[in-house]
Amino acid sequence: MNILAISLIAMGGLGLFFAVVLGIASQKLKVQEDPIVEDVFSALPGLNCGACGFAGCHDLAEKIAAQGSLDNLGCPPGGAKAAAAISKILGIDAGNQIEKRAVIKCGGTRELAKERADYNGVKNCTAAELVGGGAKACSYGCLGFGDCETVCPFDAIQVGPDGLPHVIEEKCTACGLCVEACPRKIIELVPCSNRIVVACNSNDKGGEVRKACKVGCIACTLCVKTAPEGYSINCNLARVNYENGDSAADSAIAKCPTKCIVRL
Amino acid sequence: MDLVLIFISAAIVNNFVLSYFLGICPFLGVSNKLDKALSMGAATTFVMVLAAAVTWLINNLILIPYNLPFLQYVSFIIVIASLVQFVEMFMRKFTPPLYRSLGIFLPLITTNCAILGLALLSALRNYNFGQSVVFGLAAGVGFTLALCIMAGIREELDLAPIPEPFKGAPITLIVAGLLALAFMGFAGLISG
Repeated sequence: MNILAISLIAMGGLGLFFAVVLGIASQKLKVQEDPIVEDVFSALPGLNCGACGFAGCHDLAEKIAAQGSLDNLGCPPGGAKAAAAISKILGIDAGNQIEKRAVIKCGGTRELAKERADYNGVKNCTAAELVGGGAKACSYGCLGFGDCETVCPFDAIQVGPDGLPHVIEEKCTACGLCVEACPRKIIELVPCSNRIVVACNSNDKGGEVRKACKVGCIACTLCVKTAPEGYSINCNLARVNYENGDSAADSAIAKCPTKCIVRL
Repeated sequence: MDLVLIFISAAIVNNFVLSYFLGICPFLGVSNKLDKALSMGAATTFVMVLAAAVTWLINNLILIPYNLPFLQYVSFIIVIASLVQFVEMFMRKFTPPLYRSLGIFLPLITTNCAILGLALLSALRNYNFGQSVVFGLAAGVGFTLALCIMAGIREELDLAPIPEPFKGAPITLIVAGLLALAFMGFAGLISG
């Protein structure tokens, strides 16, 4: 009986003591958080990918709440959906956000692109680019070691058996980490509505391109002649004028002699 | 001299993580980045030192005089849980990014067996108050040391060509094993 009473008093006293201490501490150390920050934070994807330029989603939420608008701030993975949700919280107009996804601007698969040497170094695009540009004869083409695949937080890029990375559009959030990671800057963020792209990144002259790759852009200007609205040529490379849409670029696909204009 | 011996013994020779296998879960969970490991180590050390002091007081002023040794586990757990709660509130207030990056591992310090182990070991060995606190500090330093060595190695491992089947958890466990092996080299330096 006695020991029971003592244990009860001892444990009760300890519990009471710590409860009081924690109670006081919770008052003294109370964190006043802006409720808008929490709301904005919950509207963000919570991936902490860093594509917005801040250390994590919470930092971006704090910045957005402090600024009270989405000017110069944005969440690439969240896209239009997150922007709309945040705008609703902040009570402002969302504006127009165009949804984009990553596109690989190289069609040089193992069969189609020539190799000039064996590369036995570190299996990493950045390393290969540093030591003489890897195995491929084309100094603009994809090195195929998948730095983009490694860096992608969403598993949206996979290097296929053809030696080229492939973007899985449903998973791609256009965060832009692969664009940064690619040492040859082959990856571009293109609006999802644009299905037609030039799958080549080479600024070499036509002859050089032909020697290195069967599907390179030789800047023959046939596409510009066929569809002047849809294309422009710059630095020996045809580019699709994305703002004019697919319909303007459509007619030139069949004309391209090297078949580097592709429909995804 | 006695305190120095206790310190070296608990921090290095009988390192809590690498020779007693205590506190393995944060050792593997929070050891992927060096700065994170360091802050986790600091938080755990703080809890360990305070826990060592407070549990000693409770043990020697309440439990032993009133003959209540059977309340050791419960009361120690209360002390540790309260301290962790306190550390959590403190971190949330003053270092919010660290609070978020440690995530679930911060409340998990509550059930870190290294801390309960520390309290029970110092009760078992009949340390006096000073020895107990030094023991707590040494255990914390040893824990931080193990975490930081592991984090340093794992940061390098991210860049190393690891065979596919070993990637992730397997290589981490292998590294932990090799570290434990290396720490065996200290055995016999000081006994006890």
